[in-house]
Amino acid sequence: MVRLDDRDQALIDGDQGEGVAMAMRIVVRIAEAMQAASLLDITGAHIDSCLYHGRSGIDFVERLAVGGTKVVVPTTLNVSSLDLLHPELYRGDTTVADESRQLMRGYEALGAEPTWTCAPYQRAQRPRFGEHVVWAESNAIVFANSVLGARTHRYGDFIDICAAVTGRAPAAGLHLDDARRATVVVELDGLRPELLDSDVLAPVLGYVVGAIAGNEVPAIVGLPPDQPEHRLKALGAAAASSGGVGMFHAVGSTPEAPTLDAATQGRPVRTERVGVEQLRAARDRLMPGIGLPLGAVSLGTPHYSVEEFRRFVELLDGRRVASAVAVYANTSREVWHEVQLRGWAEPLLAAGVQPVTDTCTYITPVMAPFDGVALTDSAKWAHYAPGNLGVDVAFASVEDCVESAVAGEVRSVTDHWWRP
Amino acid sequence: MTKPDSVIDGAAIIPGETRGSVVVLDEALSFWGGFDAESGLVIDEYHPQRGTRLSGRVVVLPEGRGSSSASSVIAEAARLGTAPAAFVVRRSDEILATGAVVAAELYGRPLPIVKVDAEGWERAAAATELAVAADGTLTVS
Repeated sequence: MVRLDDRDQALIDGDQGEGVAMAMRIVVRIAEAMQAASLLDITGAHIDSCLYHGRSGIDFVERLAVGGTKVVVPTTLNVSSLDLLHPELYRGDTTVADESRQLMRGYEALGAEPTWTCAPYQRAQRPRFGEHVVWAESNAIVFANSVLGARTHRYGDFIDICAAVTGRAPAAGLHLDDARRATVVVELDGLRPELLDSDVLAPVLGYVVGAIAGNEVPAIVGLPPDQPEHRLKALGAAAASSGGVGMFHAVGSTPEAPTLDAATQGRPVRTERVGVEQLRAARDRLMPGIGLPLGAVSLGTPHYSVEEFRRFVELLDGRRVASAVAVYANTSREVWHEVQLRGWAEPLLAAGVQPVTDTCTYITPVMAPFDGVALTDSAKWAHYAPGNLGVDVAFASVEDCVESAVAGEVRSVTDHWWRP
Repeated sequence: MTKPDSVIDGAAIIPGETRGSVVVLDEALSFWGGFDAESGLVIDEYHPQRGTRLSGRVVVLPEGRGSSSASSVIAEAARLGTAPAAFVVRRSDEILATGAVVAAELYGRPLPIVKVDAEGWERAAAATELAVAADGTLTVS
């Protein structure tokens, strides 16, 4: 049984209206399923339920709104099915578009901020170390826990907004110290310095780590210390695609892992060694479409950060992408605004790059039809796009993506990093 | 008093009563991207039970996997009447559980989830039909 305090009971009894009462019932049912002893207060929420999967999503948000329900903690919204800044890109069904918009409005009406991003951790305001939050969206969950040291369990749709309107979450799972302990160590072995210092390592390593860890918490040993956030983001997103990873430790980089001993809380764990052979094999699995002519390039899954745009502009170096190749960069409206303020939007648009905001190229039909392979610098995109879009994909370093886009054919300028 | 061979002990993660024919998934399944709510079929390209219908059946699987959106897919299947009758799992999965709770709230369709141990899972997987009791007890019939 979950111990409820007087405030919790009042919400169940309908003091704040029928919608909040339903939300509290759902929080308690999930707390029971997680065998939580009690509930705890949260300081924020990130909502995945705003992405359209059918009429049931609208039924839910309408039921939740009964009685004038509002969020009681700062709440951000994940990607939706629509790019509201570039609506002309949408190639899907108009009924789906109308219902998607209705769903989005439903969540805005509850008082959530229309951020429309899968990377809420790239905003100036984000959870601090030790804060309890309820975040949905697998890559955001893993970033919050691992990189920010905030605490969220692996939440799915519905419970995210139920927590946001009640301010309460189960005191269980990754909210508690015990579940945050690393139970498997992944030790890097014999990688070339160029690979260790590259952006391309993180998503491939994450893909391997997810397969090793499954639903466990892994600790990674052997990365250079103080890894930048965009690499930790790519690592976590990939690990949450190939496995059910909700948190990882990168010893020397993430806040709960100054040492391996801290990550494991001093308890014995099994160790798996990962060398370049295993990483190459994982990379090759993410490149099933290699050998086909270049059709398109999609960057920015999770949404590109300002830092990633800086590098993208540097790599383009004033060159245009080939006219036959559509190049997309997924990002948030806030990051795109910052890109505009920094004067990078104009050169990117002049180069032929299509920004996609509020959504992502692998969850909604925005890419123009193309023949050949879609290159991506995201392991997550390479993992999901074939099933979602029915396209041929190949993962590549961002350097290779840019050189290929400019040349109009698949180029590899970074393959030597992967030599044994 | 020993229990009859036809009874399997389970813990009710989401309580409810139902019965149905058994379908076994040999690997974990992400319902987002892996299950089509319109047709009720497994659509994960890489899953061994691709093409199998789950609607109205007691689905015996190791656990859910991956995406936060799986809860939404289960609720949508409940709306369309294509959801499984129940889940029997080895590991509790909150994303699956949330889908089941919301399905019951919105459409009044209980979708029990029962957690069993390794032996119980093997026995459930070998059954043709299972009845689920509110306390999580499974009965082979």
